[in-house]
Amino acid sequence: MHTSEKSFGRRDFLRKVIALAPVLSIATCAPISKIGASSRQLYLPKYFTRHEWDFVSAACERLIPKDENGPGAVETGVPQFIDLQMDGAFGHAATWYMQEPFAAAIPELGYQSPLTPREVYRAGIAEVESYCKRMFSNRSFAKLPDATQDSVLSDLETGNLDFTNVSGKAFFAFLLQNTKEGYLADPAHGGNIGLASWKMIGFPGARADFKDWINRHGERYVFGPVSIDGRRK
Amino acid sequence: MADITKPPKDAVLIGFGWTGAIMGMELTEANLNVVALERGVDRDTNTDFLYPRIADELTYGIRGKLFQDLSRETLTIRHSSKDHALPYRQLGSFLPGDGVGGGGVHWNGQHWRVLPEELRLKSHVTERYGKNFIPDGLTIQDFGVTYEELEPYFDKFEYICGTSGKAGNLNGAIVPGGNPFEGKRSREYPLPPLSDVYGAALFAKAAKDLGYHPFSEPAANASRPYTNPYGAQLGPCNFCGYCERFGCYMYAKASPQTTILPLLLKKPNFELRTQSHVTRINLDSSGTRAVGVTYVNSQGKTVFQPAALVVLCAFQLNNTKLLLQSGIGKPYNPATGLGVVGRNYTYQMMGGVQVFFDKDKPMNPFIGSGAGGQVIDDFNGDHFDHGPLGFVGGGYMGVIQTGGRPIQQMMIPKNTPKWGSKWKQAIKDHYLYSVNVMTHGTVMSHRDNYLDLDPTYRDVYGQPLLRMTFDWKENDIKMIQFLTGKAREIAEAMGGKSTEVTMKQFGDHYDTRLYQTTHNVGGAIMGENPKTSVVNRYLQAWDTHNVFVMGSSVFPQNIGYNPMGLAGALAYWSANAIRNSYLKNPGRLV
Repeated sequence: MHTSEKSFGRRDFLRKVIALAPVLSIATCAPISKIGASSRQLYLPKYFTRHEWDFVSAACERLIPKDENGPGAVETGVPQFIDLQMDGAFGHAATWYMQEPFAAAIPELGYQSPLTPREVYRAGIAEVESYCKRMFSNRSFAKLPDATQDSVLSDLETGNLDFTNVSGKAFFAFLLQNTKEGYLADPAHGGNIGLASWKMIGFPGARADFKDWINRHGERYVFGPVSIDGRRK
Repeated sequence: MADITKPPKDAVLIGFGWTGAIMGMELTEANLNVVALERGVDRDTNTDFLYPRIADELTYGIRGKLFQDLSRETLTIRHSSKDHALPYRQLGSFLPGDGVGGGGVHWNGQHWRVLPEELRLKSHVTERYGKNFIPDGLTIQDFGVTYEELEPYFDKFEYICGTSGKAGNLNGAIVPGGNPFEGKRSREYPLPPLSDVYGAALFAKAAKDLGYHPFSEPAANASRPYTNPYGAQLGPCNFCGYCERFGCYMYAKASPQTTILPLLLKKPNFELRTQSHVTRINLDSSGTRAVGVTYVNSQGKTVFQPAALVVLCAFQLNNTKLLLQSGIGKPYNPATGLGVVGRNYTYQMMGGVQVFFDKDKPMNPFIGSGAGGQVIDDFNGDHFDHGPLGFVGGGYMGVIQTGGRPIQQMMIPKNTPKWGSKWKQAIKDHYLYSVNVMTHGTVMSHRDNYLDLDPTYRDVYGQPLLRMTFDWKENDIKMIQFLTGKAREIAEAMGGKSTEVTMKQFGDHYDTRLYQTTHNVGGAIMGENPKTSVVNRYLQAWDTHNVFVMGSSVFPQNIGYNPMGLAGALAYWSANAIRNSYLKNPGRLV
């Protein structure tokens, strides 16, 4: 717990809100980013604000970075995927039992927070941003060096960085789960652009017909992936 | 009072999955007027399971489009009666079905019978090992029906499903290639076994070399085109890798939709009402006879459906809940051990050994069927000497490669970082080259594990949630450690470069977040004595003779196999008793 830092939180927060006010008014409804280097499409987030979008993009790129094995989360559309999820049934916890009373529990009893995933993201991002600005000369998470971003994410993952309004661990768990989902799911959901992850691991996607291959033991399947809507790249 | 009262029916079925479909067919064949009430929506292959949309891991496999919507109704869970139970808010450990076909839509089709000794488990263990062998706290008992009595009904369900497999015991003769430990079969499976994936073939060879007896797991995934006795047609499985958690687009997986509904839904004496959530079984003033059921329809109106016969065909948890809500049978009291409804709730326990191969051995994990593969039964039932081991139970193990869906089914070594470039490297290195040897075993009933009604939480109909009190016990952890140890020996002989074991440790608590199985059983168990069972050997409620309870709710403890084959056979067995005895002379059959 970062008790000593927390006591500065409110004052810091107020100062930042004032400082950021003009930026926010300009930025309303304006966060736009490019999807993937190749597609050149513009994406307008449905749920995240510009600052949230910057955070999510930066964080998921650290979770699945672009490297010698291929494109990372941003290039494969993971931030768009997460944004669409926030706007849909998952973000609203639409099929979860969300009736009161809520109570703390041992982890084995599962999710027991009154917050829906989209609320966890909103609160979690705000807390992490506030923490970063306090700790790193008023810089937001997205502006930090890779190694610093990694250590902030690790602290969230282990519970070293936690908050009163939202569980840092729960926030990180959603972020990691959704980043992997966006990277590995069918591109119909907004991520996995170019079927990049499937090509990297060798998963043929929606081919779903292997009668000719069941007896070819020890032979690597030769056909590349295809998406539900017939895309091969 | 209900908003609407419907004209009376001869029989009402609560829930329309496998056992509802079986009962619907059987009772309409007996010329009864039957109505099935299904809480969920209608579903069929050509509307809901079509390719390519079904090949969507996120929608079906992860978000669970075909599963129960917990926002409407769930249950609460705690580890002991001293704890405060909290809601199962998100699906995890088990995945109850919803809608027409129920779990029969999105099961794997692992179509087992039961081992003869498991139906008389308490008697068998006592005879072989002595009364004192049964660990303190276990409340195991006999089913009250024998394997020989059920054989024709196992056979019938297999022929309805077009099950693929190889007999190991044909009328007492051991047949090479089948399971030599199984009970006697009166005839071969309707279809030959499915072909094996590479990993399953490697498992079979390694197991055989170690002196075990591998065979093809019986699969309700058709290996050939098939027409069942009702005239329903199945197509051959094409190993698409989207089986469990999905509906089958190939008409190859046996489900109510592929095997029974095309015939049943056309019958003039059958009616299906979907989005009809039964809230209560109504009893007469004596409390010993049901007069019908009350349900809430899609418009939110309460409807009273009078019926001469009430059959509970819902999921195990819901059957138990309805009995408790309706005041049928005495609720179980764990303090005294008295009472029956909710008693002997049990589950199953899984373990596994992941085998990682070099790049010259691609496993093509995405090639998979729900139930095809190679297994051994050498450590199931009482096929081995339990004497020195000190536990009751067992299970089977083997390679059933159901798909390589990358979000859920990715296997990487445990010491891999969870994210970053190293994680990415690991999924690239291991995805094509890993296989899981699974162990699948019993959980014995225990006096501390039971179901009752939750005092705090409610469903959208304002009714109390069911409350589960359940935790792993030492007996079952001993079992899975023994089984998984054997699995590891086989896995290490499969030619991989490394193996990793996943299994429960002593002191581990039941974790509702991790998928185990949807093989929840008990709560409304069958038996020979009304003091220790809810229904008699014909699945008829002891206290209310025109109420019958189907499904795995009636298992007094769990079996080593997947439960659907036994649940299906018991439904046909019960239907036979209703048709040939009960309808002629309605009253207690025992």
